Formats: sequence, structure tokens, C-alpha cells
Amino acid sequence: MALSNEHIQQKLLEKFPNEVTGFEEPYGMLTFWAPKEFNLKVLNFLYDDEELKFRFLTDLCGAHYPDNKGEELVVIYHLHNMIENVRIRFKVCTGIEQPDIYTATGLFSAANWMERETYDFYGINFIGHPKLKRILNVEEMDYFPMRKEYPLEDQSRIDKDDEMFGRI
Amino acid sequence: MIQSSLLSIRFMDTHHIKLPEGSIEKTTTTLNLGPTHPATHGVMQNILELDGERIVSAEQTIGYIHRAFEKIAERRPLYQITTLTDRLNYCSSPINNMGWHLACEKLLGVKIPKRVDYLRVIIMELARISDHLICNSIVGVDAGAYTGFLYVMQYRELIYEIYEEICGARLTTNMGRIGGFERNFNNIAFEKIEKFLREYPKVLKEFETLFQRNRIFMDRTKNTGAISAERALNYGFTGPNLRASGVDYDVRVHTPYSSYEDFDFNIPVGTTGDNYDRWMVREQEMWQSLSIVEQAYQKVQEFKGTEADVFHADAPEYYLPPKNDVYTKMEALIYHFKIVMGETEIPKGEVYSAVEGANGELGFYLVSDGGRTPYRLHFRRPCFIYYQAYEELTKGSMLSDAIITMSSLNLIAGELDA
Repeated sequence: MALSNEHIQQKLLEKFPNEVTGFEEPYGMLTFWAPKEFNLKVLNFLYDDEELKFRFLTDLCGAHYPDNKGEELVVIYHLHNMIENVRIRFKVCTGIEQPDIYTATGLFSAANWMERETYDFYGINFIGHPKLKRILNVEEMDYFPMRKEYPLEDQSRIDKDDEMFGRI
Repeated sequence: MIQSSLLSIRFMDTHHIKLPEGSIEKTTTTLNLGPTHPATHGVMQNILELDGERIVSAEQTIGYIHRAFEKIAERRPLYQITTLTDRLNYCSSPINNMGWHLACEKLLGVKIPKRVDYLRVIIMELARISDHLICNSIVGVDAGAYTGFLYVMQYRELIYEIYEEICGARLTTNMGRIGGFERNFNNIAFEKIEKFLREYPKVLKEFETLFQRNRIFMDRTKNTGAISAERALNYGFTGPNLRASGVDYDVRVHTPYSSYEDFDFNIPVGTTGDNYDRWMVREQEMWQSLSIVEQAYQKVQEFKGTEADVFHADAPEYYLPPKNDVYTKMEALIYHFKIVMGETEIPKGEVYSAVEGANGELGFYLVSDGGRTPYRLHFRRPCFIYYQAYEELTKGSMLSDAIITMSSLNLIAGELDA
């Protein structure tokens, strides 16, 4: 029996009737939200359940929505059940003041570097991570560059004297 | 006797190199392998703790060529991001280009004609061959066999010449557009593909014979750098590295894109997940890719008349119109201007699209808020994810085996660091 999106949704609602919300299916991939305190519980349930078996962490990344006050930072998990070949997307949000989220490294070894990358770019603090430090940027950096408050250089600026790169 | 003791006292007085505390008692050696070591084949650092020649622990430092692609992409219109994807896995950039175009097409809902799909398959499989060729021959180099590497370069060159006929570039190809290709394949390109199909099997066979049952090569690669299927899955392995440990996961089969369902091919799998199995899986995949290129080439030849001129989809909002139309037709001029200036609005939505890259599942997670540029773009880069298993793969093994393990994982620094 193929694992349908409706069935996954139903199973999640049975287990977490009040916590798991915001079900959507953009381009066919089931997407849902949970409060950040529940991220590990939901991931564990998805991993352990005999029917769901989402045991492959395809991707983990962050995103920043500065206009959503109190829930500016989002962590996005892409999970894959390789037996049934079903993918789902699971999102958790956190405030920017105290961006603490439980780490998924206990469940997936793959999460280690992906969480470090997310920390590096968005400053999300993964509680319980074995070694949470910057991975792609220099360690001395004192800001989180992928946040939206750091815009890229304005391409039309004219005050820069840089003949080498074609600007006048 | 007196003289020698005097000498030692004098020596004690003059030496003033301060050693770190505890370093005299230390029985292990710290070795910095990289960032610019010839054996790392890319800019990455491994801080190895060695007991004699055995590795006690390994710590990787990456990010030496981080270029902030995800940030840059947040200000670029979709078609300008193609050039960024080139620079991820630069050994097989057409796969990245087309993976990116497929992600865009999924978001935009563009329908692709069959002929374009088949042309893309030809290029993607050629790119896979060239990538595997490099990886496998480099494994050979690290085991001490240089000949194979130099020999097969000739055929990578031929693949690059095919790219050149199609898009004008060799390494960072920027090949294709959203919706298809910028121009149709010319006759020289088809002739070169034919030449490749004709000559390459013999070369691959010879290359295989050099290594496959070579006693020295087998001794060096068997039972080194092995990983079980369970651990490989937990570490997020994909591509040949995962298949070498016995899991038959391939995006081309699981979620076919670009009409891969029309082709008949096998997915080679290994059993032990060691360096030899990884090498063998890549070797067998090259044969499969060759057969796919052949099938796709046959299918492309079957299109006759006007159908044979189709090389892009009908997506005027995203696909640049031909230049003579721009000069003579109002509509074409408007579209040309809007596309070039990046003034086309992208529909709102989020999409995850993956292709089977040469070294694993290459995913694009694209979030659009309805503006002209992506709101968020994340690349799922396979080697970034599986490089973290390097310590587990090498712990307790010899230093020289760790070098082979590194090259047989097919790490590409450009992809690692984004």
C-alpha cells in the first residue's frame, strides 16, 4: 500500500492533535509545522513509526522572515521514506531573540554539518549539538550573514572607484 | 666523557624553542593534511591525529572557497543563477545547470518537449561519465597508477569538445536555458557524440582491465574506507557512495525527471561500501550511462521534419526570443527586455527538486514569495553531507588508505563550500 499524504497527515494528527498544524501540499510535497519544543518528538515519531519510516534526512536548512514577529527564523527539514519513496517537509520556527532548537544529531548523523551550516548563516542555536561552531565562514565572524538585514551591495552604486572590476 | 657532558649542557643553554605543554609526553603526531595538499584534490583541510601511521582521529575544516552562492542567489533573477550552479560540482557542471533548470521549470510549470528531454539526457549522462572518469582515475593515481589517468583524459577532452559545440564553454558551461537549450545541437556535435559512442567503449574496457583485477590495486582498495548501508543512510549518503554499500537508491529511477523513465538501464550496487566497491559502482555506471547516451541518441534521431528543430519549450516569459525576432517583433522585444533586466515575476511557492548528480542527490530547495528573485535558495550538496563521515571512514586505518578514501568519495571543493 502506497503511503499517501492524507494517511501521513492523519497519523500525525492522531499522535499530535494540537501540535502539528499548517498542512499544505505545495507541488505535491506534504508540508507541515510544529512548535519548536516538539521538533524532536515529531522527528522521532516519523522515524520510529512502523508505517511512516521517514529515516533519511535529505536536507536541513534555515530561512529568515523578518516580518513574522516572534517567529522570524525557520528550520526546514526534508525527510524521505526510501521504501515507499515519499518525501515530506517539516518546518519549525523560532523567535530571533532566543533562537534555540533541539538538535537532530542524535537521530541523524547527517544533521551534524547541516545544523552547523544553519547556525553559521542564521545563528540558530541547536541545543545538544556536539560541536556547534561555524563551518563555512571564518570563526571570528560576529554576525549571521544570511539574515535579511544584511543586503548585498547595491549593483547600481557609483561611489566605488574600482576600475579592475569594471566599475567607474 | 667530560667533553660530551659539557656539550649537552651547552646545548641545553642555547635551545630556546618553546614546546607546547605536554608535547614531550604525547605519543601521537598531529598532521595537517591540506588545505593545499596535492593529495586532497581540492581546498580542504584534515587535521589528523596519528599514532605511527594509524589514524586516531580526523577533523575536517572546510569553507576555504566559500563564495556565498545562496546569498548572491537571493538577488538574482532565475536565469542568472545558472552560472552559480556551474561552480558547485565543476567536474559535471551540465548536470547542475539542468538540475537547476528543472527546479525552475517545476516552480513555473513549464512543460518540456520530449526532444529537449532526450538532448538533456545525452548531456547529463556524458557529464556523469566525465565526472566518474576523473574520480576513478584519481583513485588510481592515489594508489600509484598514473597511466590510466592520463589515458582517459583524452576522452574527457572529447566530452568537453561536445559541450563546446553545444554551448561554447568547457568547464563552467552555463548550458541550456529555462525551457531547453539556447540553440539546437549542430551536426559537429552529433558527429562528436557518435565518435564518442564508437571509440569510448574500447577505452573504458582497457581502463577497466588496468585496475579491476589488478592485485596491487585490489589490495590497496579492498576493506578500506568501508561503511555499512545503515550508517551510510544515517549519514545522508547518496549516489555511487550509497549504492556501493548496497542500497539501490537512484533519483533517476525513484523520481524520474527529464523522461528517464523512457530508458532501459540498470543500477549497479556494491556490497561492502569500501573503496573498491565505490570504484566498481562508478565503473559500472559508466557503462550504463554509455548505454543511456546511445538510447537517447537513437531517440533524438527519430524526430523528423519540424519536430527535429525543437530545442526549447514554449515559455516566452522565461525563454529568450531569437535575436531577429527581437529586432522585428514588438512582443519579442518586450520579452527580451523583461528577461534580460530580470523583471519577470516568479509565481509564489516552494519547491524541492532533485537530480541524480554525479556524486549524489543534488537538490534545489527554492522558495519564492512572488518577487523577481528567489526568497530563499538552498542547494543540497551531496559531498557536503557525506564528507562528515570521513572520520568514521578512516578511524583506525593507515594514512595512505585515508588518502584513497578521500578521493574515492569524490569530494569536489566547489560543491563542498558553495
